[in-house]
Amino acid sequence: MTLFEEVPVTTTDEIPVRRVEMRVNGETRAANIEPRLLLAHLLRNGLQLTGTHTGCDTTNCGACTVLFDGQPVKSCTVFAVQADGHDITTVEGLATASELHPIQEGFKDEHGLQCGFCTPGMMLSAKALLDENPNPTEDDVRWALSGNLCRCTGYQNIVKAVLWAAEKLRDDAPADTPADDGGEA
Amino acid sequence: MALDEIKIGGLGASRKRVEDNRFIRGKGNYVDDVVLPGMLHMEILRSPLAHARIKSIDVSGAWAIPGVRLVLTGEMMAARNLAWMPTLSYDTQAVLATDKVRFQGQEVACVIADDPYIAKDACEAIVVDYEPLPPIVNPTQAMAPDAPLIRDDKVNQVDNKVFDWEVGDKDGTDRAFAEADVVSEIDMHYPRSHPSPIEACGSIADFDRSTSKLTVYMTTQAPHIIRAAVSLVAEIPEHMIRIIAPDLGGGFGNKVPVYPGYVASILASILTERPVKWIEDKSGNLISTGFGRDVYLKGQVAMRNDGKILGVRMHTESDHGAFFSDAQPSKFKIGLMHSAFACYDIPNAHLTATGVYTNKAPGGVAYRCSFRVTEAMYFQERMIQAAADDLGMDQAEFRRVNLVRDDDFPHRTPFGFLTDSGQYEKCLDIGLEAIGYADFKQEQEEARKRGRLLGIGISTMTEPLGAGNSREYDILGIKMFDSAELRVHMTGKAILRTGAKTQGQGHETTWAQIVAHELGIPADDIVVEEGDTDTAPFGMGTYASRSTPVAGAAVAMVSRKIRAKARKIAAHLLEVSEEDVEWELGRFYVRGAQDRGVSIQECAMAAYSNVPDGLEPGLENNAYYDPPNLTWPFACYIAKVEVDPETGVWDVLRMVAVDDCGVRINPMIVEGQIMGGLTEAYAMANMQFITFDEDGNCIGSNYMDYLLPTAWETPGFELHEVVTPCPHHPIGAKGIGECATVGGPAAFVNAVMDALKHTGVRNIDMPLLPDRVYGALTTGSDISGMPPVKTEA
Repeated sequence: MTLFEEVPVTTTDEIPVRRVEMRVNGETRAANIEPRLLLAHLLRNGLQLTGTHTGCDTTNCGACTVLFDGQPVKSCTVFAVQADGHDITTVEGLATASELHPIQEGFKDEHGLQCGFCTPGMMLSAKALLDENPNPTEDDVRWALSGNLCRCTGYQNIVKAVLWAAEKLRDDAPADTPADDGGEA
Repeated sequence: MALDEIKIGGLGASRKRVEDNRFIRGKGNYVDDVVLPGMLHMEILRSPLAHARIKSIDVSGAWAIPGVRLVLTGEMMAARNLAWMPTLSYDTQAVLATDKVRFQGQEVACVIADDPYIAKDACEAIVVDYEPLPPIVNPTQAMAPDAPLIRDDKVNQVDNKVFDWEVGDKDGTDRAFAEADVVSEIDMHYPRSHPSPIEACGSIADFDRSTSKLTVYMTTQAPHIIRAAVSLVAEIPEHMIRIIAPDLGGGFGNKVPVYPGYVASILASILTERPVKWIEDKSGNLISTGFGRDVYLKGQVAMRNDGKILGVRMHTESDHGAFFSDAQPSKFKIGLMHSAFACYDIPNAHLTATGVYTNKAPGGVAYRCSFRVTEAMYFQERMIQAAADDLGMDQAEFRRVNLVRDDDFPHRTPFGFLTDSGQYEKCLDIGLEAIGYADFKQEQEEARKRGRLLGIGISTMTEPLGAGNSREYDILGIKMFDSAELRVHMTGKAILRTGAKTQGQGHETTWAQIVAHELGIPADDIVVEEGDTDTAPFGMGTYASRSTPVAGAAVAMVSRKIRAKARKIAAHLLEVSEEDVEWELGRFYVRGAQDRGVSIQECAMAAYSNVPDGLEPGLENNAYYDPPNLTWPFACYIAKVEVDPETGVWDVLRMVAVDDCGVRINPMIVEGQIMGGLTEAYAMANMQFITFDEDGNCIGSNYMDYLLPTAWETPGFELHEVVTPCPHHPIGAKGIGECATVGGPAAFVNAVMDALKHTGVRNIDMPLLPDRVYGALTTGSDISGMPPVKTEA
């Protein structure tokens, strides 16, 4: 609660308000919202996480992709109330204070972005893929990203960026990961 | 010792992009990310009809909604002389409709409210009473004698014609056709398309009554032109206007014009004295803002039996929508359409062009090209393929016979442009070798015997990029130069500003590389800033691949001015005369004593601490560059496709691109531009177009109808490089951002037509949708893309 919160004088009793609480990038956030508020707008305007972009408003372009309990969703067609009690990851949650996520590094290293507008959504779709499939083929990557439109790059370098990140993630994986078999008991 | 240029991020370094550091963290600053205190939100009510008289507008319902601060209508705009605005093509365009609506999606009213949801609700509460009028959806209908008059607002307008225009040598061309052994004819349509950057348009106008200053954050590729236009339209003194183009989520030409939403948000801010944000939704962007193309062609090629082309004739009819607001800087009505056939040695050519009004969105823009060059090169390469087929000559050999030879530069093109450099045949050979052309005929024959349809399509072209030279190119009289300002700080770090505006091309990275090349200051020590008219030098912005040819040249020239001053300082520090000072990358030294030298950084420090008598302190300068000519990159694109005869679906098996854009500043970025361009070429050939039904309803108003290729459909690309430096550019560079979009579509379409050659089908209009290809295959006839006209029942 802040010291002072301005309330619009025009608010009437007819506008319903719902309280929602969700974990966003690991931090618990709460807000009073109109039930029709879209998740993308809560993130952008309410929580000032403007890395989530809205491109088409119709669930096509994927610029607004965030992870919803680890699954990629297009936040322009998710009501904020649907995220109540759930776990949301946005682009701002990819890097730590000191380190970029390998997907972010890959996008820079392989020139996987130009104007940067689709990039946050693209990277989150890529993260969902790599979380499930650490060793994807080029076709796996192209299919996983087919809900995210890019107008600048022609995708070839985006695909390379994701494969770059997959390799880095595999290389970085802790060495004590249980081996298939044959390990010492 | 001279520095290693690649190590300092100079010319030729595939330097990683500095702008990526914010984009990959989600810390870009796009217009919708800007929040100002007390900001209101604007939404636009658009016309549902293509052509209708407005009988009345009732806005009382909107005012009744709590949180609504202002409702703007055409009548209110008219009271302030703002209902109409001038276009970049010397026509007028309605800001908010007063008398009629002339296309579906036209701006009718605006609501300004506390938040965008309220503003949208209030738009729906506005009641407009329309009297429908017959809509006009194609040029044939527009030019019919009894066609309804669309522009009845214009005093001397008696029909729907915008212009008639011609260029070339009619008599000479007539003679060439009379002497020809073979004449090839083909008609086609380059469909209306939309640049459709993922980020739509938007603005935040902030008028401060206390200072009389207007600040506008805006999605614009040309902030300085916008400042001039706003000054003219809104009658605000130019020094009291500050346009800030923040990060742009793509542009591709869509963000060049002035749109009604910008103007309305400015007036709304003046009236409410609060910042007003307008963020266009995707449908608004697709149905109302600058489209590209929409040109019909009748083409003829006159040839000798040995393959030599004697002359070409082109007649174009272009559909400009309801207002002639083409955003183009040339003096030519149909843009640079007459750059067609520039790469071929053809003695005679004649072009006639007619432009018409229709009930469609206005704002023709150069969608990822110099204006109309995409149409020109598509028409050229489709005509070339049809001509080769009609002659019975191999398509590659036919090109080889007619391409301009390396020793033939400077070369006067068929319509009078002057090209200056190129190795056309070498590019063709590299492409043919890469695709395996020699063995293809046999492969195609054998495949056909097994019921498989394979085709190869070639597209070779040189195009004029980098408008322009000030003799022929201006916008509203403003010459098409560009500018750069460089300030070297005392520690040898620097800030560079230009009049261009990046939208993803990576200027922040590449401009620093040009400075590094000229001065030896590491690129990492140079920050690049663009887009703020209060700080950047005046420039014409970024479109038509003009950044590197014009602003990039200005960057080199300003760096050389800095170096010239640093040389004087170096002479002073080295205690020799200036003539005895030599330059190598990053340092001056005494002639004959290379170990006696000073670095550019030492000169910078001295510029602020130890200047020789008679020399001004400081180390900063600016340069305005007016290019002597356009740049003429060359490209050879070759696609290999397979058409499925059962469905009409075609797949790209391989796509080879050979690009000669002169010296490459950052090869990584150049290749990124080529791949992006090829993808838009593939899009136009395969799926992407804006069409209309007989009532003038826009088909293609959202991404479910307006199809952009995804990672799944987009083919892989194989890139090859040839370097012929531009003889007049300071670092030998030519434009590249648009070559693939311009030259690419014909390669894909030619490939499909090659696969269908045995059926006798000569043309299918783009996009080559499965039903069109299947229709052509099953009927053996050409397929037109012209929007259908209503027939009376």
